[in-house]
Amino acid sequence: MAIGGDLAIGDVVVQGVQLTLVLVVAPFLTGLVRTVKARLLRRRGPSPLQPYRDLQRLLRKEVVLADSASWLFRVAPYLVFAVIWVAAALIPTFATGLLFSWSADMIAIVALLGTARFFLALAGLDVGTSFGGIGSSREMMFASVAEPAMLMAVFTLSLLAGSTQLSSVANFMLSQHVGLRISLGLVFVALLIVAIAENARIPVDNPATHLELTMVHEAMVLEYSGRHLAMIEAAAFLKLLLYASLLACVFTPWGMAAAGEGAIAYLVGIAAYLLKLTLAGVALAVFETSIAKMRVFRVPEFLGAALMLGLLGTLLLFVTRSL
Amino acid sequence: MHGLAFDVSHLLAGGLVLVSLMLLYQDRLYSLLNVFALHAVVLSLAVAWQAHIQEAPHLFVTAAIALGFKAILIPVALHRMVRRLGIHRTIETVVGIGPTMLFGIGLVALSIMVMLPVTEQADALTQEDLAFALSVVLLGLLMMVTRRNAVGQVVGFMSLENGLILAAAGAKGMPLVVEISVAFSVLIAFIVIGIFLFRIRERFDTVDVQVLERFRGEQP
Amino acid sequence: MNLILVLVASLFLAAIAAMPLCRRPVGRPAVYGFTFAVCTAIVVAALPALSAAEAVAARVLPLGIPWIGAHFRLDPLAAFFLLVINLGGAAASFYAIGYGRHEQANERILPFFPAFLAAMNLVVLADDAFVFLFSWELMSLASWALVMAHHHDRGTQHAGYVYLLMASFGTLCLLLAFGLLAGTHGGYLFPAMREGSLPRFAQALVLVLVLLGAGSKAGIVPLHVWLPLAHPAAPSHVSALMSGVMTKVAIYGLIRLIFDLSGPPEWWWGVIVLVVGAVTAVLGVLYALMQHDLKRLLAYHTVENIGIIYIGLGLALAFLANGMATGAALALTAALFHVLNHSLFKSLLFFGSGAVLRATGERDMEHLGGLIHRMPVTTATFLTGCAAISALPPLNGFVSEWLTFQAILISPSLPQWGLKFLVPAVGAALALSAALAAACFVKAFGITFLGRPRSRAAAQAQEVDAFSTGAMIVLAALCVLAGVLPSLAVDALSGVVETLTAGARLPQQATMPWLSLIPVSAARSSYNGLILLVFIAVTSTVVAAFVRRLGSHTVRRSAAWDCGTPDPSPITQYTAGSFAQPIRRVFGRTAFRASEHVEMPEPASLEPARLRADLRDLVWEYLFAPIASAITYASGRINALQFLTIRRYLALVFAVLLLLLSGLALWQ
Repeated sequence: MAIGGDLAIGDVVVQGVQLTLVLVVAPFLTGLVRTVKARLLRRRGPSPLQPYRDLQRLLRKEVVLADSASWLFRVAPYLVFAVIWVAAALIPTFATGLLFSWSADMIAIVALLGTARFFLALAGLDVGTSFGGIGSSREMMFASVAEPAMLMAVFTLSLLAGSTQLSSVANFMLSQHVGLRISLGLVFVALLIVAIAENARIPVDNPATHLELTMVHEAMVLEYSGRHLAMIEAAAFLKLLLYASLLACVFTPWGMAAAGEGAIAYLVGIAAYLLKLTLAGVALAVFETSIAKMRVFRVPEFLGAALMLGLLGTLLLFVTRSL
Repeated sequence: MHGLAFDVSHLLAGGLVLVSLMLLYQDRLYSLLNVFALHAVVLSLAVAWQAHIQEAPHLFVTAAIALGFKAILIPVALHRMVRRLGIHRTIETVVGIGPTMLFGIGLVALSIMVMLPVTEQADALTQEDLAFALSVVLLGLLMMVTRRNAVGQVVGFMSLENGLILAAAGAKGMPLVVEISVAFSVLIAFIVIGIFLFRIRERFDTVDVQVLERFRGEQP
Repeated sequence: MNLILVLVASLFLAAIAAMPLCRRPVGRPAVYGFTFAVCTAIVVAALPALSAAEAVAARVLPLGIPWIGAHFRLDPLAAFFLLVINLGGAAASFYAIGYGRHEQANERILPFFPAFLAAMNLVVLADDAFVFLFSWELMSLASWALVMAHHHDRGTQHAGYVYLLMASFGTLCLLLAFGLLAGTHGGYLFPAMREGSLPRFAQALVLVLVLLGAGSKAGIVPLHVWLPLAHPAAPSHVSALMSGVMTKVAIYGLIRLIFDLSGPPEWWWGVIVLVVGAVTAVLGVLYALMQHDLKRLLAYHTVENIGIIYIGLGLALAFLANGMATGAALALTAALFHVLNHSLFKSLLFFGSGAVLRATGERDMEHLGGLIHRMPVTTATFLTGCAAISALPPLNGFVSEWLTFQAILISPSLPQWGLKFLVPAVGAALALSAALAAACFVKAFGITFLGRPRSRAAAQAQEVDAFSTGAMIVLAALCVLAGVLPSLAVDALSGVVETLTAGARLPQQATMPWLSLIPVSAARSSYNGLILLVFIAVTSTVVAAFVRRLGSHTVRRSAAWDCGTPDPSPITQYTAGSFAQPIRRVFGRTAFRASEHVEMPEPASLEPARLRADLRDLVWEYLFAPIASAITYASGRINALQFLTIRRYLALVFAVLLLLLSGLALWQ
């Protein structure tokens, strides 16, 4: 993979397509999950396109700002959105070797998500209400276990692939050296658990509730309205897409175009990517409908299990093949 | 020894360790029994795979025993027993689940560290099987140590037995007699402990082992 | 070299000159202005010495012990730490020009401040054991005097007492370590120690003694107990120096003695340092999370960062022992870069807490809140510091942790099984401490600066003076700069690393495309903070502009929504204690034996219900309290010796004489 080098127009275009693609597809993924969930519950449910309409409606509305809100409260939505968007754009979705994917490896992507979370939690504390505080405090508690769990999964992957670059990992997973490895299974489960927790899905948090004492993410952003809320919602859509793309990129890298292949390869890559996303969305909906939400203080154990799985994955790497 | 044969047995043996850890994570009796059934299923698959690649048909019998007794018969019986006894459904642990799991990971690391250098002459598959089997045994012991509930202890003991069988299947040329004796010993242990459960229940109205200790004057 | 020594001497002169000056109004700006100038000059003078290509300069001055003199040497390692010390010193001096204006006890601060700076500089420059120990002790005593500046405040005397004890203990350990290193010939000069070779056992003993001696100064668990007492008790600019700089001098002591003087390392040294580092990092941040006092939280958090630095050093030792010089270079670069970063952001955060203290008179976060509306500059700089210390990209704290992670990821090629398994676990501990640090600083910043003011003092706070804000702005800018252009810092560190790893270093970073950071190879890992910063800045601005143009841009102010039940009283906000509650429940039960007690009033009674959370400091209870009680018991018994008759005293002396004589007889 060449870093920098000549700024070919083609690379810029591919990176640009990636930036727009994730932004355009993200609301659809969330909408799809909602629709499938509704269908599974024998409801008709909204169309998968509803999130687009929601965003449009929110953007048109005025912002009602609490008296005690500061500039941080107004800056945070844009910052959080931008950080998650950048992170999502750096994960190879339909093509590896993106123009800028080398500027942040997996560790940096985990940390970028941490940056977004940091500012969102601060925004939750800014107005000075009890709901915002409860949300921020619990979000940071979850994150304090989820982030190391994700890093351990990243460790295992990068020890296997000998690189922390996502493109290299994807290429490694496509190669013949992989084989069936228990570590990969462990990492997959660990990443799934983290993804569920970070996206505030059942059984960790319920994305559909708004007035329960157990809610976490929604409590944190309770004071937001109008275009600010639109940004927060869009960031949440992007985050779900980001985790889906991350799992797809690492565990099902088939169909991805390599750098410099022709337009056909890119189109095939996009089609494969959309297919993977749809499957992920349906699977998530099925999973969510078949499980109940757990108590808040059971969540750290759930996430702790992910951390243990990541650690175990690293340890089991040493069993067979000398690294 | 690389290729599919190796990968699958690696996956199954590693899966057994993982299910052992899942046993440690459970906090409900029913789910504990279900996960134990899963443990036995994974074991029988692992043994069957060994039988296939070692071309040792007698191991298939072991696999069938594991599947029949441990995956179906014993969990069903324990299910019924739990229902009949009306035992409190949550498992009381001595140490919290988090620290137990952490300790469990440490045990896995320890057994890998112990087994790999010792068995350097053996081929990779046996080496790995023994390391995993030792971890399963140690995790079973850990389970017995950290669970207050007698059912939890029984399950811990049987998962320990599963680890022994995995080791026996991994070491090539283990005769069938031993397998059957192992299976029998498990059955006997199950019967004994089952009666034991009833007796405790009759006398003390609970299956919490702590009550026994109090009765013996070990605890105030 | 000469210039630097003259500058350090001038600091000593300033300390003497400050004595008559300190009661006059001109004294404070004069002293701080002078120290600022001198520190800046030392920074400039030390910069060229960073590269290994420069000749190492050494000087012998006819001071100290007659006929031996005092030896000084400036090598890249010393130059790097001079840089760290004097950057912090210059910032603290500049900050204090304004901050000291409201200081009541200037006569107890001004003379010691330059002496403290001078002593830290001398430690780094020392080239024999005598100068090293003398200036080490001087550094401890000067900082002790500064801690005691507000000796009337509650708790300060206790803090000073514990600090003095731990400092003496540390120096004692170092003294013994030097004794071992000097060997039987008494080679107290560093070059002699470098050449001498010790038996394995003595080497191990040196490691333990240095870990105890330098570690107690740096604040590793379980020797950290003095640190969170002493650092916050000092005036804020001194706290910044102690936390940001003096702990780094302790790190310097460890590197100098272990990497440089005591010969080739064994692989298990790395194990010890790694375990100590991991435990220190996790426990330090957990302690910090439980604090409500802003300055004490920062002090505890220093403990965590020392742990991270130790992890880097431990990895470097493990790699060095196995002859993997490039790995050692990577780990050392990470550790040294974190030394620089931590000195930057910890000083910045202590300055911020000092500004809050000045503006409100409060250190307790439960009485603060809403300062973002009243103190904009302090808020912005403190936020930068919080983000940097929480290891958030694209700031500098992340880069050094990222480098540490990269070093961890090449550890599987270590041959020892113990290390193979330990290092991933240490990586998990590092990741855990980084995530907890983020929670800790969301709490510190969110409760202090956001929300609604919880006291009258917080509601009426005023922004602090230009000197203080200036110092904070410069440090915040340096944090951003070191985060987006880490290549320059890594290149500057290469000279230091080369001297410690016998020539190995990271590849030249400045020539990498786009100023990326590529520690090993491009296919393995790379990071570019600059591009991330530009990306984030551009996308957020563009998005904000688009949204305001295409969507609505109206804003209506109203009461908070709060699920329809807003309460005007600020006590309904989340407090520092309630913010930390989930983490206390998850981790505190094991780490602190945390327990909660609820007292509900009788029905129909108007008493408030109370929730009390009890935390126990296990290190104090199980390590220090038994030692203290044993000493108290022993001294109680020995006390009886004071009340003997002359005859009994004579009998005692006689008995001792007989004992010695018989001992001599038996010996032969």
